[in-house]
Amino acid sequence: MDDARPNPDALLARATALDDGPRRGRLKIFFGYAAGVGKTYAMLEAAHREKADGVDVVIGYVEPHGRPETEALVQGLEVLPPRPINYRGVTLREFDLDAALVRKPTLILVDELAHSNAEGLRHIKRWQDVDELLNAGIDVYTTLNVQHVESLNDVIAQITGVVVRETLPDSVLERADDIELVDLTPEELTDRLKEGKVYVPQQAARALQHYFQKANLTALREISLRQVAQRLRKDVDAARKEKAATEPWATNERLLVCVGPSPTSAKLIRTAKRMATAFGAEWLAVAIEPKGGGSSLSVARQNVAQHLRLAERLGAETHTLSGDSISPTLVEFAVSRNVTKIVVGKSSQPRWKRLLFGTVVDAILDRSGDIDVYIIRGEPDRTPPPRPFQRSTPVAWGDYLRAAIVVVICGLVGWLSLAMQLTVANIVMVFLLGVALVAARYGRGPAIATAVVNVLVFDFFFVPPYLRFAVSDAQYLITFAVMLTIGIIISTLTSRIKDQLGAARHLQQRTDALFRLTKQLTEVAGPEFLIRTAGQQLQTIFDGEAAIFVRDGPGPVQLRHGENTSIVRNNVNGTVAQWVTDHDQIAGLGTDTLPNATALFVPLIGSQRTLGAIGIRSNDFERFTDPDQGRLLETCASLIALSLERDQSVIEASEAKLKVQAEELRNSLLNSISHDLRTPLAVIAAASSSLLEDSSDQSESSHREILQTIADESRHLARLVENLLDMTRLEAGAAAPKKQWHVLEEIVGSALARTRRHLNKHIVRVGIPANFPLVLLDGVLMEQVIVNLLENAARYTPAGSEIDIRADRIETTVEFCVSDNGPGLPRGSESQVLEKFFRGQAAIADSRRGVGLGLAICQAIIQAHGGKIVARNRPSGGAEFVITLPADQSPPHVLLDEVPHTGEG
Amino acid sequence: MSSTSPLILLIDDEKPIRRLVHTSLGGEGYRVVEAETGKDAIQLAVQQPPDLVILDLGLPDMDGQAVLSQLREWLRAPIIILSARDQENQKITALDLGADDYLTKPFSTGELLARVRVALRHAAQRGTDSPSPVFSVGELTVDMGTRRVAVRETEIRLTPIEYKLLTTLVRNAGKVLTHRFLLDEVWGKNHTRENHYLRVFMASLRRKIETDSAQPRYLLTEQGVGYRLAYE
Repeated sequence: MDDARPNPDALLARATALDDGPRRGRLKIFFGYAAGVGKTYAMLEAAHREKADGVDVVIGYVEPHGRPETEALVQGLEVLPPRPINYRGVTLREFDLDAALVRKPTLILVDELAHSNAEGLRHIKRWQDVDELLNAGIDVYTTLNVQHVESLNDVIAQITGVVVRETLPDSVLERADDIELVDLTPEELTDRLKEGKVYVPQQAARALQHYFQKANLTALREISLRQVAQRLRKDVDAARKEKAATEPWATNERLLVCVGPSPTSAKLIRTAKRMATAFGAEWLAVAIEPKGGGSSLSVARQNVAQHLRLAERLGAETHTLSGDSISPTLVEFAVSRNVTKIVVGKSSQPRWKRLLFGTVVDAILDRSGDIDVYIIRGEPDRTPPPRPFQRSTPVAWGDYLRAAIVVVICGLVGWLSLAMQLTVANIVMVFLLGVALVAARYGRGPAIATAVVNVLVFDFFFVPPYLRFAVSDAQYLITFAVMLTIGIIISTLTSRIKDQLGAARHLQQRTDALFRLTKQLTEVAGPEFLIRTAGQQLQTIFDGEAAIFVRDGPGPVQLRHGENTSIVRNNVNGTVAQWVTDHDQIAGLGTDTLPNATALFVPLIGSQRTLGAIGIRSNDFERFTDPDQGRLLETCASLIALSLERDQSVIEASEAKLKVQAEELRNSLLNSISHDLRTPLAVIAAASSSLLEDSSDQSESSHREILQTIADESRHLARLVENLLDMTRLEAGAAAPKKQWHVLEEIVGSALARTRRHLNKHIVRVGIPANFPLVLLDGVLMEQVIVNLLENAARYTPAGSEIDIRADRIETTVEFCVSDNGPGLPRGSESQVLEKFFRGQAAIADSRRGVGLGLAICQAIIQAHGGKIVARNRPSGGAEFVITLPADQSPPHVLLDEVPHTGEG
Repeated sequence: MSSTSPLILLIDDEKPIRRLVHTSLGGEGYRVVEAETGKDAIQLAVQQPPDLVILDLGLPDMDGQAVLSQLREWLRAPIIILSARDQENQKITALDLGADDYLTKPFSTGELLARVRVALRHAAQRGTDSPSPVFSVGELTVDMGTRRVAVRETEIRLTPIEYKLLTTLVRNAGKVLTHRFLLDEVWGKNHTRENHYLRVFMASLRRKIETDSAQPRYLLTEQGVGYRLAYE
């Protein structure tokens, strides 16, 4: 029964859908086909039931249609006061999102999901409010009429003849956890309407004549029933997938719709959406931009962008491809993305053109291979979206003036030619040259004008009868046609080249900008510098002001760049930055969310979390409606976010490394100390108790041996404690060197006296010249250094080894050296021996254990003196410790007295 | 124990130390009285003046330095400090307050007994009005009567200051003398000299007396505290 196992991919997809951060609220939509079917009523009833079950229910907003039954149901439920919004002198009552988020009930009722908010509220649409509520973990009940569903918008407009402007993206509907159909037969609805239960009487009468015609209602009801049924089927599907039903899975369909600038594309997109839903397929919307592209602000590109946005709202994944020719680019992409169905619009090219050049559709059909191609009749969108940033190119009168000058020059040259008895053909050539020049320099308009004027001038001045137009001049129509054609061809070519140049320059600028940003961001380190650099680069790239907000820890975002910009001076923007950071969405000026901000805000989305937001306010704001620029901004934002994250991770890594090192040191200290303290203690305890239990059958010599052990071990223990105390003192900074002028030989002498017992089997030679100058140092600490070095030498060299102590004055330093001819330091650990708790591996068999602190103490003391100590192996064999101490002060002069001549007083 | 054997007052709050020291001193024939606190110690010393005091600086009721200075007000007997405090300035303070010797814990009983012997001998010499003018240790002989200094029968010629330094050490042989004490003794109370003066003269003295001045046999350094002349 292998097949019964759930498809892992499907399970994963479901798990990721479920496991999406903190609990998201549940959305229940009361869905109806028209106003008055009782959605609000049903919703309120359900709310009462929930309340009876002890759920914390609040009415966020209920449309006050003045229906008494509805109002009666509102009683007994907590109602949030609506937020008054002053709009052009009228006070509108709107849902108060912030109050709801503060109140944070378990369940909130918000009527009319498709409602458009009044200007000045955070979001443009109410469904965005609801989304925020859901993200905050609040369950929401809401109502929706079928005609507001985006993908059904055009179908319903066709049926009812009423275009509904308030639309709801399908994705919202798809994400709803529950959809409850509130149904009523059209007859009943009409009755209710007549009874005045839906609208006040005058309104009701008007409604009955228009929208509420019975045929309309039946159609709307059918659509809404089908919508809910589709949804139901999907739920069943999901359930079946979960239970791993044994039927084979249908292969995943993937739909691709080709979008162009033509207004018919909108219909195409909606159709594709419906098909995708019907197939249960994911779908992609693709626009193809000719290589080189046109002017970035052209109307066509704006339309394409508009269409892609529509597709996105309908839940498509959108792409803009660039290619010389539409069909190969499209098909190649479709194949690469495993698309199974391509949807294209029916060509609107004139028939002759189709016959001559073939159509895009034909080309796609030729290449599509296994992919199904659907050809949909295009139809202009009934509700063409406003084109806010359409630019009318001003007429360049200067160019016409210059064209006129060219005409005059042509005329003069023609007159000269005539005077020189040249043929008319040459004169025509001169005029043709004029047209060509104008076309190349000043574009199509001036070129056409020049062609017309040139023909007239030629006819008037240079063709007999001179100085007037004659009927016979009709033959010059050909001259005119040639001139016109050449003018148009040249100007078209020129403008195309210009466009391409412009596009290339544009692309170059973009690449340069990104390159510069990347380069600069990789060159700096530290969040402050990174943010400053990023801010400066953004200002240059977008030719405007930039502010960067960063969230450190759990608190609100902090402004980190752009203190003096107008972005920061407007208080609204701080809130927008916060919202953008919290919601990972673009918002602000020019978007649908918080459009009253004075800048566009883009989240800084890193790989782990959202780090903050960038606010951009460009001097040329329109550029952000260009999808290219929008993408550039997003790319910049993600570059900055990743750089910040990289920087952060470098810091964190080094901190973690430090922590590990500290931890290792602590462990090694504990191990070392517990071992080194316990061992001698154990020996002493065992040895002394064996003496106590002496049954007098032990010989005198074994007694002595035990006593010797006790004495040795206790001395070792004492030394150990001394070392630990020394190290503690040094680390606590309590042992700051108390420097005095010392005779080095004396310090060596007292150190040798202290270590005599250790060194009784070694040969020690001291090579310090008798006239060695006084040295400024702390005698006690320096003695400790020498003692430790000597003990170390004694410990790691076999009996009979030679130990040399030597001092030299080298310029302004004193070099002091203790060396031996023993086995030397372990290879590779020459510098490690000076570290705390390092212990030589191959200690001589009978040598004493150490705590690995002696040399570290030396190092600490010498460093406190401003000197350094180096451990190394001598080329001739053996270890060598070289201490270099600064000796830049000249020693004081001590006047010695002299031996009296007599030798006695 | 004979009543003529020296009486030693042992002041320490740690019982194991008292037991150990008491046993070793008793083994050498000394009489020992123990005190656990400073107050008891002073009381005992008044009741029965000891010939030598062994004093721990860390006492439960009062600071050992205070006990030391109170005893020194009237007691001439030598006082040996036996303490776990090993910082040089503490040693110097104790020695300057009149302590005769200083031993840090952990110590060996052999070392302690040697110090006790030296201290008692010094006290005995102080008791007689004319101490012997000739001092000798190892191969070093100092005759303060004839002002002659010799090592291995060879006379050594010293400068006046070297001689004064050596005789100061000889008079206190076996005892640690602080830098300040030596400077005061050799250059007079009003000197303004610093410790390195002492070191330079000590070095030249060593070169004349010692076989290997880097490994001295007689003129021993107590690093950070002062000097001591080997006694035995």
